[in-house]
Amino acid sequence: MGFVHGLKCRECGREYPVAPVYVCEFCFGPLEVVYDYEGIKKILTKEKIFSRPQNLWRYKELLPIDGEPTSGLYSGFTPLVKAEKLAKIIGVKELYIKDDTVTHPTLSFKDRVVAVALSKAREFGFDTVACASTGNLAHSVSAHGAAGGFKRFIFIPASLERSKIIASLAYEPNLIAVDGNYDEVNRLCSEVANKYRWAFVNINIRPFYAEGSKTQGYEIVEQLGWKAPDVVVVPSASGSLLTKIWKSFKEMKQIGLIDELHTKVFSAQATGCSPIVAAIKQGVDVIKPVKPDTIAKSLAIGNPADGYYATQVVKESGGFGEDVSDQEIIDAIKLLARAEGIFAETAGGVTLASAIKLIKEGYIKEDSLTVLCITGNGLKTKEAYIQPNLRSFEETLKKINER
Amino acid sequence: MAVKVKIPVPLQRLTQGKDEVEGEPGTIISLVNNLDQKYPGLGERISEGGKLRRFVNIYVNEEDVRFLKNEETPVKDGDEVSIVPAIAGGNKEVQKFKSA
Repeated sequence: MGFVHGLKCRECGREYPVAPVYVCEFCFGPLEVVYDYEGIKKILTKEKIFSRPQNLWRYKELLPIDGEPTSGLYSGFTPLVKAEKLAKIIGVKELYIKDDTVTHPTLSFKDRVVAVALSKAREFGFDTVACASTGNLAHSVSAHGAAGGFKRFIFIPASLERSKIIASLAYEPNLIAVDGNYDEVNRLCSEVANKYRWAFVNINIRPFYAEGSKTQGYEIVEQLGWKAPDVVVVPSASGSLLTKIWKSFKEMKQIGLIDELHTKVFSAQATGCSPIVAAIKQGVDVIKPVKPDTIAKSLAIGNPADGYYATQVVKESGGFGEDVSDQEIIDAIKLLARAEGIFAETAGGVTLASAIKLIKEGYIKEDSLTVLCITGNGLKTKEAYIQPNLRSFEETLKKINER
Repeated sequence: MAVKVKIPVPLQRLTQGKDEVEGEPGTIISLVNNLDQKYPGLGERISEGGKLRRFVNIYVNEEDVRFLKNEETPVKDGDEVSIVPAIAGGNKEVQKFKSA
């Protein structure tokens, strides 16, 4: 197997052979994996996919590895939950939750991208894996890395939620807490990546890593009975997931697994860090970096690497974007838990709260088959729910007693 | 006095290893075109068809030209222009900009 032609600059189109590189050396644009879709079309059928184990590798021809996968053999194929109660509450006819709160092994969609990144890192011959992370990626690289026998270096902002730091430590990586925000951690990691021969999953392995996000889109299509939804609402941090879900739908059409594609793609962000949605609302291409200030830490990327491409997907598909306050995020987390029994992390609250606004504003029509991408588990960000101190508990108790 | 232009490492091969060169006043795009005559090949790495490339950031006195007048941002004697590839979406200049 192996249907990868090579890498191609998204800006100037220069081509590169498959290697752990991520920036065009001519124009500094990001590199993207190019596939032989004609070849894939000939061999990848619905029947073949259906016959395979229920994990993200059931679409392996559309993923950038040459041999058999070695990481994440139990990751992906999360439930697509038909959310009938929530649909009634928020005012759409048909609503589904793509529930990545239960992704194996670390309960977020990052298990998808890391499965692909580590399989590729092994093909490249790396013995050390690393990442810059807002938390979920740290867990996933720590866990997948431990299972794969890699050495692991994890760089996180020191301000991260405590429960996320503890969850990473369980897998015994080398955890490096940096006194700075995610963008600063990322900058440090770029410098480290230039110096050490490590597989930084979201830096020098990024073109391959990012492809793993497509599996969420393939699964949505398969689970809807081989059709793309009318609407998909995607939380945006770097903007990568949103662009890859769109890419996955287009690929499904290109290789003939679906006949039609008219999905509108919507971006969801927290108001305290909404550079992508701000650009969408203003109708401009330029992403203005911001300093994040939001409880949605997993989305707190002030200078999003794929922000421009995310705005282009939204424009091309006829979608839009919305941003929500910390209070709206918390209310939406509670609503999702109450209505559907799904406890999402703050990013999930961002997605649902944004969807509610988009429905109210008429951007999402009542009769649209709508999918919300819920990308991480609430057990990871309990601090957003209640501060771990007596005063916070007593305030909560007071509210309960007043009911 | 001229315009001070800071050249990033990946482009220093074109400036004979110099990390700082002198440019002529005018606009950003005229400055880039003039530099290209002195250092052939530099222009196409930074701009295409008169527009700045998306993943090259240019700062005039630490202000991103995208938030000024883009290619038409004026530069005068004594100004400092920094050319910075946007690799991985984060760099010192952007941090400076953000904390400003």
